[in-house]
Amino acid sequence: MRVVAAEGLQKRFGQRLAVAGIDFEVNKGECLGFLGPNGAGKTTTIQIMLGLVEKTAGELTIFGQEVPEQFRQIKSRIGVVPQNDNLDSDLTVFENLVTYASYYNLVGSKAKGRAGELLDYFALENRRNDVIEHLSGGQRRRLLLARALMHDPDLLILDEPTVGLDPQARYLMWQRLKALKENGVTMMLTSHYMDEVARLSDRVLIIDQGKVIVEGEPGRLVNDLVGVDVFEVLCSAEDAAQLAKSAKECGARSEIMPEGIFLYMHKDCHGLSGHVRPLQQWVRRPANLEDLFIQLTGRSLHET
Amino acid sequence: MMASLVGNLGQPLLFLLAFGVGLGQKIDTIEGFTYLQFIAPGLTASAVMYSAAFETTYGSFTRLSTQNTFEGILMTPVTVEEVAIGEIVWGALKGLLSGGVMIVTMPLFGLWPSPWVVLLLPLLFITGVLFASLGLIMTATARNYEFFNYFISLVITPLFLFSGIFFSLSTLSAGSRFFLQVLPLTPMVTLSRMFCYGDFSGNVWGRILLITIFAGGATLFGTVLLRRRLIK
Repeated sequence: MRVVAAEGLQKRFGQRLAVAGIDFEVNKGECLGFLGPNGAGKTTTIQIMLGLVEKTAGELTIFGQEVPEQFRQIKSRIGVVPQNDNLDSDLTVFENLVTYASYYNLVGSKAKGRAGELLDYFALENRRNDVIEHLSGGQRRRLLLARALMHDPDLLILDEPTVGLDPQARYLMWQRLKALKENGVTMMLTSHYMDEVARLSDRVLIIDQGKVIVEGEPGRLVNDLVGVDVFEVLCSAEDAAQLAKSAKECGARSEIMPEGIFLYMHKDCHGLSGHVRPLQQWVRRPANLEDLFIQLTGRSLHET
Repeated sequence: MMASLVGNLGQPLLFLLAFGVGLGQKIDTIEGFTYLQFIAPGLTASAVMYSAAFETTYGSFTRLSTQNTFEGILMTPVTVEEVAIGEIVWGALKGLLSGGVMIVTMPLFGLWPSPWVVLLLPLLFITGVLFASLGLIMTATARNYEFFNYFISLVITPLFLFSGIFFSLSTLSAGSRFFLQVLPLTPMVTLSRMFCYGDFSGNVWGRILLITIFAGGATLFGTVLLRRRLIK
């Protein structure tokens, strides 16, 4: 069953086409990784889904209901962890949860009970009566996730949920998100941390300049489009040119860098590894989503 | 809360002291009132104006910009219109509180309001709605806090000085009197004086209608502008 279906979705800001007609869907129970360089149109798309931006053209249905006509019903079933921390700094941790729940008509002992459960679950119980400014970055992010879950949403939108977190805090977020997914919560995730996306997503959608450029299961996309293994070699320009030539003979893609060369291999190739091994500095590692992302969107900055 | 109450009440109370008690001793009666009696009801109306307008400018703009509170709320089923009405009602209630405290303080200055003053409270609330809405219009168009200087210097302060709080409009020429009478605070200053002293010689309903129309129009306009500001 489809939870989100977008067709030809478009948003124009004056001259600039921020979202240039994209089609995508999110199926029930899956986590869709929504990727793209800064300014690609990810956040705009999410804001259209939340009614913060009005679409210029295209169709969007969420839970089978039309955007924007049935927004009130739609939004009562969506939970959001926004990119910008918008916790209410005038309120305590507990008050933030209970106040936010009231916007979903969740009030009284029900809201308080739920807030207590979530504080426990997100290891925030001891900060219950603290004001927001005394929380660490990790605690704020966990509180934002707890807040998004107060009304038990069917769709969770995560816009850079772990930005700025230390590895421990990020790991805790991942554990909680995985548990939610196992409980059948549908998710839409944007992130610039490719390892995070690879860990959590069943399917990824990469957009650039407002358009979808590729879509599919992350492991398969990497294998199909990038390869299985990658050599990262630090070497002189001459060695790099030599390696590029032997890569071509092996059917491997190469990318010459200022400090050496990257070689992307679909299968083992003795000719190529024979050339790499004698060199001083090299590493062989599995291809990953970051390779794919860079292959598709380039290494240069995209900001306009 | 305490700070904003003191901040917004301090000015009208100090004016009451300096002008009503101080200057008033040397001034003859105006329209049959001592100067202190004359200015106290108008200062009550102005206290409402200040509290309401400050709340929906500095207060609301903080929630709109630095705290991202509105954005957070708009991700929930709550609509922009509901946020706008919430801000306006909250500003109006703060205004009503300031006005109420002014009325309660009047006996300290030897002024005893008539029982009619109870009916003044809903009118003070409408005044609160009017100025909270004007504040919200400013917030919806402001790029930074400095922008509110225009509003305070060019709207709020002139209204404070020229709405018939400190001098009787009846001594002015017909032209300027008409102009000052349709300023948004003037009808309320007159109404406030009427209800404080139970003297209803003048058009009560016309004035109530006027401030209600002002308040309704400003609410509508403020709501539309806030939508334009928040939904791109």
